[in-house]
Amino acid sequence: MSSAARGPYARAAARRRRGAGSLAWHFGSLAVLAVVLYPVIWAIGGSFKPNEEIVGSLDLFPTEPIVANYAGLADGIADISITTFFSNSLFLAVGSVVGVLISCSLAAYAFARIRFAGRNLLFALMIGTLLLPYHVLLIPQYVLFQKMGLINTYTPLLLGKYLAVDAFFVFLMVQFMRNLPKELDEAARLDGCGHLRIYWSIVLPLCRPALITSAIFTFINSWNDFMGPLIYLNDPSKYTVSLGLKMFVDQEGVANYGGMIAMSLIALLPVLAFFLAFQRYLIDGMATSGLKG
Amino acid sequence: MGGTMASLRTPAAPAAPEKPAPPRGTRLPAAARRRRRGENVAGFLFMSPWLAGFLLLTAGPMIASLYFAFTDYNLFDAPRWIGLDNFTEMFGDPRWRKSVEVTLWYVVVGTPLKLAAALGVALLLNQKRRGQAFYRAAFYAPSLIGASVSIAVVWKAIFSDDAIVDRTQRAVFGMDVGGWTGDPQWIIYSLIALTVWQFGAPMVIFLAGLKQVPRELYEAAEVDGAGTWRRFWNITLPMISPVLFFNVLLETIHSFQIFASAYIVGGGAGGNACGPADGSLVYTCYLYVQGFENSRMGLASAMAWMLLLAVALVTAVLFWSQKRWVHYEEASR
Repeated sequence: MSSAARGPYARAAARRRRGAGSLAWHFGSLAVLAVVLYPVIWAIGGSFKPNEEIVGSLDLFPTEPIVANYAGLADGIADISITTFFSNSLFLAVGSVVGVLISCSLAAYAFARIRFAGRNLLFALMIGTLLLPYHVLLIPQYVLFQKMGLINTYTPLLLGKYLAVDAFFVFLMVQFMRNLPKELDEAARLDGCGHLRIYWSIVLPLCRPALITSAIFTFINSWNDFMGPLIYLNDPSKYTVSLGLKMFVDQEGVANYGGMIAMSLIALLPVLAFFLAFQRYLIDGMATSGLKG
Repeated sequence: MGGTMASLRTPAAPAAPEKPAPPRGTRLPAAARRRRRGENVAGFLFMSPWLAGFLLLTAGPMIASLYFAFTDYNLFDAPRWIGLDNFTEMFGDPRWRKSVEVTLWYVVVGTPLKLAAALGVALLLNQKRRGQAFYRAAFYAPSLIGASVSIAVVWKAIFSDDAIVDRTQRAVFGMDVGGWTGDPQWIIYSLIALTVWQFGAPMVIFLAGLKQVPRELYEAAEVDGAGTWRRFWNITLPMISPVLFFNVLLETIHSFQIFASAYIVGGGAGGNACGPADGSLVYTCYLYVQGFENSRMGLASAMAWMLLLAVALVTAVLFWSQKRWVHYEEASR
């Protein structure tokens, strides 16, 4: 029944009901939002408070905002400039993205588009590594890299990215490539294209959404990674932002909550920027493959 | 979504239907044989980075780790075979048992709470209203930053003595535990709160599942006079059970592997990274301590294999149980 058939009174009542429902819905959603955002807003407020006020006071925002917590970071951590940690993290994150995009898309192309002997077996093995806890590989990989003299270098943190170890991204790209029409390949084959041409000129450009999702997740995972750098890096000038922050926390203890929180927020900025710019890709990628951030 | 589920169920299922390959041994025309060899070579070349990674960084290390588990190995002297000694030491170690207890409690309490929050908020959001995309993005954000050292630092401050949670607890419940992060009993709940806070990732997956439930089912149920609760129990839950299964599996496996947040939140002065009286000694923290602080590579490998077995067992039980409660649609849409 269309609303016109019900007459103006019924229509107004329906609108009122919808308005009330909408209000209740927004109220509920905003309540959840308040809980979710509370820690972050508290941290932003706290980073502008003097140290005594941070834990002692229940106010979200400072009575008199100060910038000393941020200004103090200009001295660096343990005589190392904050920018060093940032450029180290950036180098690792960008290096990881390049590696994942190349190696995972090559493997995914083979799984999705080439009929080779043993494909099903390898695909099963790849899916098996999806659920494998990383910690089983922690000790033997460390032993391997130690024997190769690669401790305190970035190689252990990057090598896996160039060897398609991140099965999640292979899987994501396989799913995407399988949905591309087969006729494209066949037409290209008739024109005399080999697999490399098809991969590079046809499949990769069509896979852009999957590639972007993989790139963003790789960047964020690399930026947030803590255990890898903790184990492999021991020279503070090679530390990532995560390790620098941990070193700062150990050094200052509770005496400098303000500085710690200010540094924490700065460390989150790149991740938040990526999130704001690409949230559609992230959420759609999540929804289709259950990727973890 | 459906594709994900199907592939997880039958991992080896290859892509779209293809022409059946001629059985081995039959004589093919020379051109077809050349073509098949060409496909094998191309497949091998495209797979070679993955293959190298699999052999060098996954399969090889797993075999090595299994060997180390039966040795005494400190990284500098050659590994010495000691049979099951690592395992007997592990089972007899009260700290190891404590770490198992802490981790299981974290998984058993944290995962259901997180999934309940995710499903609850997904049901709330699953309406055609303006602002839905905004809320969805905002609730998802903590999942991206929750595992970072930054949030762990903020968490430690929020749950410390005299901070907001401590004061609320004193004012409302009259309990003074001196801040959750300083209390052996309570610190684990600050970590559970941190994982529940990251409900956004499973929520997004639930939302995708809820969108696929056909409207007609609800309309038919409404005609039959089914109330909200009946509709949820008899329609929504069965229809999204594949998504629920996927979330339970993923979140449980991830929970077992918590490390960074426990290491930071539990880390105090004096180099103890495991919380007051080992209150936040999660399994991987103890593995790290044994492997990298005490240089007990053999023992740590044995611990890692126990973790793998636990995760494999949970996965197997979940896959076995899905016959009883997960409803896959017969016809693929």
